[in-house]
Amino acid sequence: MKGLARENYLAPGHNACPGCGVSIAVRLILRAIGNNVIVVSPTGCLETFTSPYGMSAWEVPWVHSLFENAPAVASGIEAALQYKGNPDTQVVVIGGDGATFDIGLGSLSGMLERNHNILYICYDNEAYMNTGIQRSSATPMGASTSTTPVGSKSYGEALPKKNMLTFALAHNIEYVASAAIAYPRDLMNKVKRGLDLKGAAYLHVITPCTLGWGFEPDETIELSRLGVQAGIFPLVEYENGELTRVRKIKELKPVKEYLGSQKRFSHLEEAEYENVKESIKEIVRQNVKKYGLLER
Amino acid sequence: MSKYPVKNREIMQGSIAVAETIGALEPGVIGVYPITPQTHIVEHLARLVANGAINSRYINADSEFSAASILYGAASAGVRSYSASSSQGLLLMTEVIFNMAGTRLPGVFSAVNRSLSPPINIQVDHQDTMTLRDSGLIQIYVENIQEAVDTHVQIYRIAEDREVLLPAMVCMDGWIISHAYEPVTLWQEDAVKEFAGSYDPPFKVDPRKPLTYGALTDDDKITEFKYMVDSALCRTENKIVQAAELFREEFGNFHGDVVEKYYTDDAKIIIVAMGSVVGTIKEAVDRMRAGGKKVGLLKIRSFRPFPAAAVRELLSGAEMAIVVDRSFSASAGGILGSEIKANLYHQNGPVLFNYIAGIGGRELYPHSIMEIVQESETAFSKDCVPDGAVFFNLNEELL
Repeated sequence: MKGLARENYLAPGHNACPGCGVSIAVRLILRAIGNNVIVVSPTGCLETFTSPYGMSAWEVPWVHSLFENAPAVASGIEAALQYKGNPDTQVVVIGGDGATFDIGLGSLSGMLERNHNILYICYDNEAYMNTGIQRSSATPMGASTSTTPVGSKSYGEALPKKNMLTFALAHNIEYVASAAIAYPRDLMNKVKRGLDLKGAAYLHVITPCTLGWGFEPDETIELSRLGVQAGIFPLVEYENGELTRVRKIKELKPVKEYLGSQKRFSHLEEAEYENVKESIKEIVRQNVKKYGLLER
Repeated sequence: MSKYPVKNREIMQGSIAVAETIGALEPGVIGVYPITPQTHIVEHLARLVANGAINSRYINADSEFSAASILYGAASAGVRSYSASSSQGLLLMTEVIFNMAGTRLPGVFSAVNRSLSPPINIQVDHQDTMTLRDSGLIQIYVENIQEAVDTHVQIYRIAEDREVLLPAMVCMDGWIISHAYEPVTLWQEDAVKEFAGSYDPPFKVDPRKPLTYGALTDDDKITEFKYMVDSALCRTENKIVQAAELFREEFGNFHGDVVEKYYTDDAKIIIVAMGSVVGTIKEAVDRMRAGGKKVGLLKIRSFRPFPAAAVRELLSGAEMAIVVDRSFSASAGGILGSEIKANLYHQNGPVLFNYIAGIGGRELYPHSIMEIVQESETAFSKDCVPDGAVFFNLNEELL
């Protein structure tokens, strides 16, 4: 691919789990950005596995402050660069779903609303994986987590996932998109597009988690692809609030296949949870309709 | 013509005088969120930016938490930064302030002191800033508007010193300093800028030299990082003294260094306090001295770093020390009182009295101070010194 860095700015030897979707995503993201960048990360999986003192995996400047303030720290860095007259260095936040959907939401809203020239990338593994698989508001309905366990009175997470794309769009920013690691070219193009446009941009990347979702480490990419092809994770692109691109699907993979490939949903095979599966299928039907996912 | 770099001298509101001084220093990034009684400072800075008088990036944050985090980002990129807050806002900044101290990033804050909720109250006490005392933050408490102005001129030089590199807070009492009008000397911009020097940290985020900030450490290294924060704050004491002396030389004003003493040399009774009440206590001391009482005052200017040696030395000759506290740690007494007491342990020092007074703006007059002294003297002469701190002037009917 043209315009991509050959270098790997996320050094090997970090502490990510085998098959970690996040490490794959970040390597691709940094290839698309190059090295004239300052990356800010909130507390989370990425922070933990890349930054043991004296063993940093980051080959670009990287700042970790707290769990809920990465967008504000990035805002301060961006303002400082402008003050110094250095508009060429990119500022990028790479943070997990807990930091993005929950604890850092206010800070993120401020950053988007003020329209800082920052690309915010959420790596979404659909729960607080770093602290032991507790649910976040990114956790999908029906998933068993350590704080939404399955029991006689629980089928796992009871609520549907929060829609972060809609949240980002509400700030009238120029660029909002979603991507998946199974489609690396698409992911890297979206990173570049987000950087090329001035002002704040939001990119959502689905990163399957072997531990939290319950699958084998060699299945990460396949699961990412399956989520897209089952209509669970639509890959879309908005510019100036308009839906400009959608990755079309020839034939929807069955939701059952997606759910059946992960331990977090294994209880849903029981007949008593038919209504939960119906609700998940309804979410897919809405995605198909909203984004026009199917090729015709 | 003054031999000092006076810009003008006029009657001014405290907040405006401080904002003008920050304007003269022109921090590259200003992160703000409104809260009473701090708002006049940031409003005035907004006007300076809107009129093109200063070139700072002024960011209206979504919370005090984000405002402080914006300072974190700016400082990590090597740019001087500023914010102001009060009360609940300072508590919301707390996590970030610990983080700035731990990663050695020197943003400057004006804290306009105000009580903490509940009950909600917008008047002055020191509970807000005292609650930040364990963070590694430099804290200087000022007595009046002129000292607020002069301390803001001094503070960047102290915080940004390569041997320090810590966040710093100038604590000024809400309303009594922030909203009062007094004759104030403002200083020429170039003199102020020169005194402050430039922020040139040894490390910053820069793509030309990639560094990792905020790394993870285990038990094998964390104590050493904490120790380095502690020793940096200890080293700050000298820097505060040096800045005060240099300021006296170049600007002609002196408000004390880490402490200020007032009639302490021969005093049998020494009152210890911080903030605007110090002015009231000076008046009370004058009146008591006129009546022949050997009383003095020890003003704590730098609460962090804590001026332990100066406190020990100055209190050593007194029979009684009376600490007037505008904050307390529930069940453990006044916070300043506890620290003074801890520093007198194993010393052949004075008997210590600790009053919690002036909470949530409850007025302290010279006669209140004289009443406190009288009460303490009586207890001392009857050898019935209270075990812990005493809440001054409690209204029993409300209990």
